[in-house]
Formats: sequence, structure tokens, C-alpha cells
Amino acid sequence: MTKKHWMVLLVFGLFVLACKKDHPIKEEIEKFLGFQKPSNFPEPVYNFANNPLTKEGFELGRALFYEPRLSRNNTISCGSCHIQSSAFTQHGHDVSHGIDDRLGTRNSPAIMNLAWSKAFMWGGGVYDLDLQPITPITTHEEMDENLENVLKKISVLPKYRALFKQAFGTEELSTARFMKALSQFMLMCVSSHSKYDQVMRKEGAVFTAEEQEGYVLFQEKCASCHSEPLFTDGSFRNNGLGVSAVNDQGLYAVTLIETDRYKFKVPSLRNLKYTAPYTHDGRFLTLDGMLEHYNSEVKDTPNLDPLLRKNGRLGIELSGTDKQKLAAFLGTLNDEAFINDKRFSEQ
Amino acid sequence: MLCIGLVGCSKKDNPVPEFQETNLAPLSIEFDNIVGARTFTLNNTGSPYKNAAGEEFTISFLQYFISNIKVETAAGKSYTVNPDSSYFLIKGADKDSRFAKVRVPEGDYAKLTFTLGVDSLRSTMPIDKRTGVLDPAAGADHENGGMYWGWNSGYIFFKYEGNSKVISDDANGDPTGKKQFKYHIGFFGGYSVPTINNIKVITMDLNAAGIAKVRKDRQSNVHLFVDLMKVFNGKTPFSIAAHPNVMFNDFSSTVAGNYVEMFKHDHTEN
Ligand code: HEC
Ligand code: HEC
Repeated sequence: MTKKHWMVLLVFGLFVLACKKDHPIKEEIEKFLGFQKPSNFPEPVYNFANNPLTKEGFELGRALFYEPRLSRNNTISCGSCHIQSSAFTQHGHDVSHGIDDRLGTRNSPAIMNLAWSKAFMWGGGVYDLDLQPITPITTHEEMDENLENVLKKISVLPKYRALFKQAFGTEELSTARFMKALSQFMLMCVSSHSKYDQVMRKEGAVFTAEEQEGYVLFQEKCASCHSEPLFTDGSFRNNGLGVSAVNDQGLYAVTLIETDRYKFKVPSLRNLKYTAPYTHDGRFLTLDGMLEHYNSEVKDTPNLDPLLRKNGRLGIELSGTDKQKLAAFLGTLNDEAFINDKRFSEQ
Repeated sequence: MLCIGLVGCSKKDNPVPEFQETNLAPLSIEFDNIVGARTFTLNNTGSPYKNAAGEEFTISFLQYFISNIKVETAAGKSYTVNPDSSYFLIKGADKDSRFAKVRVPEGDYAKLTFTLGVDSLRSTMPIDKRTGVLDPAAGADHENGGMYWGWNSGYIFFKYEGNSKVISDDANGDPTGKKQFKYHIGFFGGYSVPTINNIKVITMDLNAAGIAKVRKDRQSNVHLFVDLMKVFNGKTPFSIAAHPNVMFNDFSSTVAGNYVEMFKHDHTEN
């Protein structure tokens, strides 16, 4: 690009920004700004070059995300288990609740900041977002459908033929296009407008004294796994939960490597206010319960993370005031704009 | 005149054409399924097969991936078929699917190499590269022949199911009481951390049973027998009663170690 191009872009950018200031909501809906990396976030890992985000692709993805025809009896959509007001988790359900009221064995995780994820699912097994939707669609307890049939059901609807054409140039409905559209929607679900983000980006917000003390505690006791700014380092670890009744062994189930037993993906701690219950099987109903786990309930199961066994003590010592401060800091990670963003809602 | 002369010569001496990567001609490899000394028939409950452990069984389903076909001349010149057209799904229920049809340079080939399974490169490729038999939507769900594992991204290389009276009705056998065995073998070595790798590369010397003479004006067909009995009676024989379900566990490597011995070159039709 020449210097002149950059200037034009810059001026245009400023213009858009200026507009945004005046009518923030309206502008967001009308202008599709594509995927925007928040300035306090690292580079995303998703390969955007292979699936360039467009307004039309995103809108098709959104329609598919909320489309119950993706399930065998047309009752369950992705949005049934990933509910926006709960930061795209399934609030009130420890384990997912799917087709014919069948229950799964794991808690629905948030659809949020997935462009930075190298691995998906609590126990891994999926490493490319474009391949992820195959799992819920074909899982017996989730949507119990098959992909071929979904594509058939969708392709006879004029609405989708038009949407595919707008998004990809022709009406052709292939597995790749279907997956890429869903990815486009999910990639756009970026949560980066919490108070924490505003403080980090120096947008005028400041931590209260309690939040600040909680932040210091967090960096000392939690950040080695829940690392900033995504609040996960993306790794799989055993944080000392007692073995569950169904003996879910996490990462081991997909690698069969002994040292992977009971390791689960470190979840982000953004939006905890909306995402209870917590952990892979939703066993903790409150944040307080979760914090007490680290303080006094860590179990010495195989492959317990060494960080949770220090100086002969299991877990992370947290006093009552420590917990209060940590909770105050974690509260700054809630992003109300995200759960209310109209672009992500069923239209 | 010269032209006719040459053709005449060629007929008589059948010289080997010069090896040129661009001079492609058809070659097919036939995967002719058999079961020990018998032909392959689905659900032949009236006359079941019997393995080395003395267990009677019938076969209800068979599918496997053949990929990455490569040929080599006696002089050591080799050609690898373009990976975009080198994936085949052989289906027991569909006779027409038994041929892997490729195009290779005209020449006389003494060696054939192929993969049973889907190589790790293709197993980790973006969704656009997964078309045809590799489309995760192909064959619909698992009951209907799907060969893709969603929950642990990857392909099932070899899917072999059937029935045997020796299978118990408890959790170690088939709790549905249908006495089914299921061998779903996959595992390509893992995306980011190394896991079991059941990809098998098979190389066959064609000299003894007939080299493949690939020419533009004819169809050379390398006819292989694929003996399903070897799954049980291969280098580590096992009994169906002891291992009625092998999918995602370490024993899958034993099954893969056995099925690699299934292939035998019977003859070549030139
Ligand atoms: C019945 C509830 C249910 C439905 C319907 C459902 N999901 Fe999920 N989703 C889950 C559960 C439970 C998990 C975690 C599974 C696991 O860890 O094994 C999950 C995991 C995910 C993840 C991985 C997130 C991460 O951070 O690892 C993505 C992405 C996702 N789902 C997208 C979708 C899409 C797209 C659809 C629709 C095609 C969908 N889900 C339908 C319950 C559901
Ligand atoms: C050794 C790494 C590690 C450390 C240190 C750690 N965590 Fe975790 N945390 C995990 C893992 C792994 C999980 C998921 C466990 C599971 O579901 O099986 C988790 C889950 C959580 C959850 C549940 C989130 C959800 O959405 O389900 C919360 C909340 C949490 N941790 C808070 C903390 C806090 C606060 C600290 C510091 C006091 C901390 N963690 C320290 C690894 C760690």
C-alpha cells in the first residue's frame, strides 16, 4: 500500500470513529467493522486469511447459530445452550441440556474470544474452530443430527440460499461454507469492554482500592494459569477437582497419554457474573464456592498441577478478605456491553 | 508412413515409454475384499466365517480409507499421485468403490505404495480441503457410514463391524444384546501433542505377481486381495470375545498392526 492509501484509510477511520461517538449503538449496527483486535489483546491465532470476515458471512453465521433445524427434530439451536445473556453459556445448568431433554456430561462453555483459542472443548480434541460445530450437531445428547441432513434441510430454504449467495457469491451450500459462516459469527463474539479492559487501555476507568488489591492477589495466585488479558493461557491442567461420578478424565480421553489424565482446559474468567455454574461439570454454583475450592478443597488426584502443591500444602491459601478482594477484581471482568450487544442476538 | 512404422514396432516389442511426469495414463488398484479362503459377503448368517480362535462371526459393515498412492519403476523412478486426487473410501457394501483410480506417467511399475488411513497432513488441513470422501458430512452419521470423528477431530481409517455369538451381553461386550463387534480404528498422531499413530503405509512388490504396464491406450489394474481374516489372525491374533469393541484405546494399535497384513498382490491385468 502506498502512503496515500494509508492516509485515506486513516481519514476514513477517524471519520467512522467520529460518527461512532455521536450515535454509538446505531453506528455499530449499520457499519460492519469486521473483526477488530482490541489494543490490549495479543494477535489472534485463528487463520483469518482462510476465512475473511464479511458482514454477509457474519449474518449468515448468526442465522445458522440460532437455527433449530441444526438438530434432529428442529428444536435445539446452538443458541439454546450458548445463551447470550449468560455470555453464551447455559445458565442454570451444571451439564448441558439438549435434545429430548437429554443431559450431557459437561457444562456449556462461553462462546467468547474464540479467535485466540488453540484448542476447543473442556478436554480438547478439536483444534480448529471450523471443525468444532460437527461435534454438537452429531452428538446424541446435544443435537443428534447428521451434517449431511442439516445441509439438506437448510438448502431447500430460499432464505438460506439467498444468504449463502450474499456471503459466498453463489448459492452452493458446502460443508466448508457452512462451517466458515458459523466461525465468522463466533469469531465476532469478542468480549473486551469490561472495566478491566478500560483500565488497561487507559480509557478513563480506574480500579477501586479493593479491586486493585484483588488484582495484585490475582497476579500472584491465579495469573500463571488464568493469564491476562484473556484470563486463560489456553493450556490443559488439573486444578484439583475431585474425580467426578462419571470419571471424566479430560484431555486423556483424546490423547490416551497417562500424564493428561484429569487435565481440563483453563477457562477464561471473563464474565463470571453471567456464566455460573463453574468448571467442566458445573459443580460450583457460586464464585465463593470456587474460591473456597482453591483454599481448602484441592484434591491430590493424578497429575495435579504443581502450582497447587506448594511447600507441602495443597491448594492456594486464601483468607476471607483475600477472597473478597479477588471477587472484587474478578467483578471488573464482567462485560455488560458484550451480553447486550444486539449484533450477537437472534434477529 | 513413419508413424505407422513406429506403432507397428511398439506393438511388437512393447518398449517401455520414457518416464515423463506429464505423460499421464490411467492405473487402477483393485481392493478385492476376501475373508480367509472365502469371498466377502455381508451378513451371511447361514454360513458364518471362523477365525483362528475358533469363533464364528459375520460381517455387517466394512469401510476403509486408501490414500497417497505412489508407484515406482524397476529403475527406481517414482511418481506420487497428486494428493488432491489420492483419497479413496473402499466400501464393503458398494462393489464399485473397490477401485482406486489414479493417473500416473506411462511406464512399467514394479512397486506400489499406499496408505491405509488419512495422513496427518490431510487430517489437520482446513475445512476447504476436505471434500469428496473426506467431507465430514459425507456418509452422514456413524450408523450410516460416516468416517469422521467430531469430538476428537480426525478420520476413522478402518471401520469393521459384525456379529458373533461369543460376545457377552454385559458392558464388556454388547449391552444391547445384539452381539455386535465394532472396530473403529483411527488416530493420526495428534494435532499438537503426539498420540497413537495408526497410519499404515503399505508397500508391495509387484514383480512376482505381475508388474503394472501403464499405457494411455489401456487400463492397467493391480488386483489386490484384502483378507479381513487377518484383522483377527494377523501378527498378534486376538479373540472377538476378549476385544469386541476397539475404538479409541491402546488396543487399536494391535488391530492396526494386524490389518496392515491384509493386503496381498494377486495379479495385474494389463
Ligand atoms: C446441548 C447443548 C449444546 C448445543 C446445542 C451446542 N453446544 Fe456448543 N458446547 C456445549 C458443551 C457442553 C460444550 C463443551 C463440550 C466439551 O467440553 O466436551 C460446548 C462447546 C462448544 C465450543 C467450544 C468452546 C471452547 O471454548 O472450547 C464451541 C465453539 C461451541 N460449543 C459452539 C457450538 C455451536 C456452533 C453449536 C451449534 C452448531 C453448539 N455449540 C451447540 C453445549 C452445546
Ligand atoms: C494450576 C492452574 C490454575 C490456577 C493457579 C488457578 N486456576 Fe482456576 N482453573 C484452572 C482450571 C484447569 C480450571 C478448569 C477446571 C475444570 O473445569 O476441570 C479452572 C477453573 C476456574 C474457575 C471456573 C471458571 C468457569 O467458567 O468454569 C474459576 C472461577 C477459577 N478457576 C478461578 C481461579 C482463581 C480465582 C484462581 C486464583 C486463586 C485460580 N483459578 C487459580 C486452573 C487454575
